[in-house]
Amino acid sequence: MTDTTPNSFRNQPDDRGHFGAYGGRYVAETLMPLILDLEREYRAAQADPAFKAQFDDLLEHYVGRPSPLYYAERLTQDIRQTAPEGKGAQVWFKRDELNHTGAHKINNCIGQILLAMRMGKTRIIAETGAGQHGVATATVCARFGLPCVIYMGATDVERQAPNVFRMKLLGAEVVPVTSGAATLKDAMNEGLRDWVANVHDTFYIIGTAAGPHPYPELVRDFQSVIGKEAREQMLKRTGKLPDILVAAIGGGSNAIGLFHPFLDDRDVKMLGVEAAGHGLDKQHAASLAGGFPGVLHGNKTYLLQDEDGQIAEAHSISAGLDYPGIGPEHAWLKETGRVEYTAVTDTEALDAFQLLCRTEGIIPALEPSHAIAAVVERAKVMDRDQIVLMNLCGRGDKDIFTVAEALGVEM
Amino acid sequence: MTRLSSAFATPALVAFITAGDGDTAANLDALVQGGADVIELGMPFTDPMADGPAIQEANLRSLGKGTTTADVFQIAKDFRARHPDTPLVLMGYANPMIRRGPEWFAQSCEAAGVDGVICVDIPPEEDDDLGPALRAKGIAPIRLATPTTDAKRLPQVLEGSSGFLYYVSVAGITGMQQAAQASIEDAVAKLKAATDLPVAVGFGVRTPEQAAEIAKVADGVVVGSALVALVKEHGENAAEHLQSLTKSLADAVLNAR
Repeated sequence: MTDTTPNSFRNQPDDRGHFGAYGGRYVAETLMPLILDLEREYRAAQADPAFKAQFDDLLEHYVGRPSPLYYAERLTQDIRQTAPEGKGAQVWFKRDELNHTGAHKINNCIGQILLAMRMGKTRIIAETGAGQHGVATATVCARFGLPCVIYMGATDVERQAPNVFRMKLLGAEVVPVTSGAATLKDAMNEGLRDWVANVHDTFYIIGTAAGPHPYPELVRDFQSVIGKEAREQMLKRTGKLPDILVAAIGGGSNAIGLFHPFLDDRDVKMLGVEAAGHGLDKQHAASLAGGFPGVLHGNKTYLLQDEDGQIAEAHSISAGLDYPGIGPEHAWLKETGRVEYTAVTDTEALDAFQLLCRTEGIIPALEPSHAIAAVVERAKVMDRDQIVLMNLCGRGDKDIFTVAEALGVEM
Repeated sequence: MTRLSSAFATPALVAFITAGDGDTAANLDALVQGGADVIELGMPFTDPMADGPAIQEANLRSLGKGTTTADVFQIAKDFRARHPDTPLVLMGYANPMIRRGPEWFAQSCEAAGVDGVICVDIPPEEDDDLGPALRAKGIAPIRLATPTTDAKRLPQVLEGSSGFLYYVSVAGITGMQQAAQASIEDAVAKLKAATDLPVAVGFGVRTPEQAAEIAKVADGVVVGSALVALVKEHGENAAEHLQSLTKSLADAVLNAR
């Protein structure tokens, strides 16, 4: 960090929704008035104790929060076996995979559907890649009795059949999107097309900390329950703060949710883990490592793109990380140097997936498996009294078919 | 008088096609020969989220053929050489426009003889990304007003814009349903009370009959998806079909009042 380091890393974005040079509101004029309405309504909700009380109540009794903070003792021992003498930090997990619906996504969906109802909207739409955000959105729509349309790339519909069925069971209409490469980016385009045609009654529940302002901010705020709980739990259990936080990053909502409450704890390092897919020199989904700043889906951020600004197709074994952009706050945190970012390949993530199954009896989602791979490498070179805290943001039930295929197992 | 302002002296037909889709040079000539008053040339983008299926597919067909930003400017430059008097505006999305920096883009527009730029996803709030560079080169930043743009917001939309005001007559994407004539008349009257810029109306306009109705009240009518659909249907041999549809649209617009 340099002499231009801000006094606080927790006061972004500015009043125009910019995180340094990133973020903003890059949407068609039809959506602008609605985006401005949403911001006004969000400010009102923030100032309304009843909103917070309802959000907290649902998180506790419906989602199952607080999620546990767990010391992964056998994983720590395993790491120490191959670490240099005296090395091998303690690995702790924030267990957001134990939430209702199996991932952190639900935290944000609860917040946004409460906002939608405050605004008098009667129809919900969302995009989904792996289907986790789609399932979480369909869940809250069922809970509050609102009709729900989920846009999902046709390719993803095929490879995530169990989640498609879950969404349908929950009463959602799942619309396969065939444009482009028929994955998450195209689903988001289609979501925006629906929204622009139905602005009068429709609320778009964006699943990650990206999109036009105020989405990156409000998604971060709703997900910050992860970091707030973890900070308190860690202090209570160990009497100190962790030495480093680690989280996987697609759009970056679970990572910003963990990081944000710690951003001004200067001694706490942070590591965001992008998906390196087949490798950073091949097809991947690591926007910060291999992208350039640009504008897509309502915000300015790092994007995988060519020299003409055409968006590249991302690849990751994890459908939840398979997106060519990243939330704008991460772009800013990278540039300020406050957070370090790295990338983990499909193969490394698969190894880490299996490692966690065997050492801890936890089947992780492929998304946090990327973070686990990075945790193992990092913990090995840290002292034994140091603490690594990772957000275990999703469980792996949805991924067993993908993993079986990658391992050459017929099911 | 600029090329753009002269074009709206009588009700004007604004004709859209996507650059690099089909035989673009021949198609542009056909639009001019058919009587189009303003040419709107689409810059292809991988993620055209404000467009309906017809123009989405045109974008992907063009990119599939390897169309680059340099190709788009070459098409514009060649058009300008053949048609020194017909206004040409580029329409597209922010990312390809700002990739090499707004100054580079504005400079390229100037060098190619482009008169104006419609950028779908840079609202007035983010004007700094492109507007100042365009204005510095005398390229008109053409803004969009929509059914959701209320009277309070309209001055912000007009501030810093020039050329003409593009009224998106339906809340939605290109090439789908058309707005009711009464709502168009009401909206155009409000817009014209707020600005001296010509007002052109688009989205969902497909037939000469629709175009004539709109031209009774507006300064211009934009037709895109219906033309692009002909390029899809006839591939490299779309020119004569484009000219024929353009002529019927242009006649309807010209004789509307």
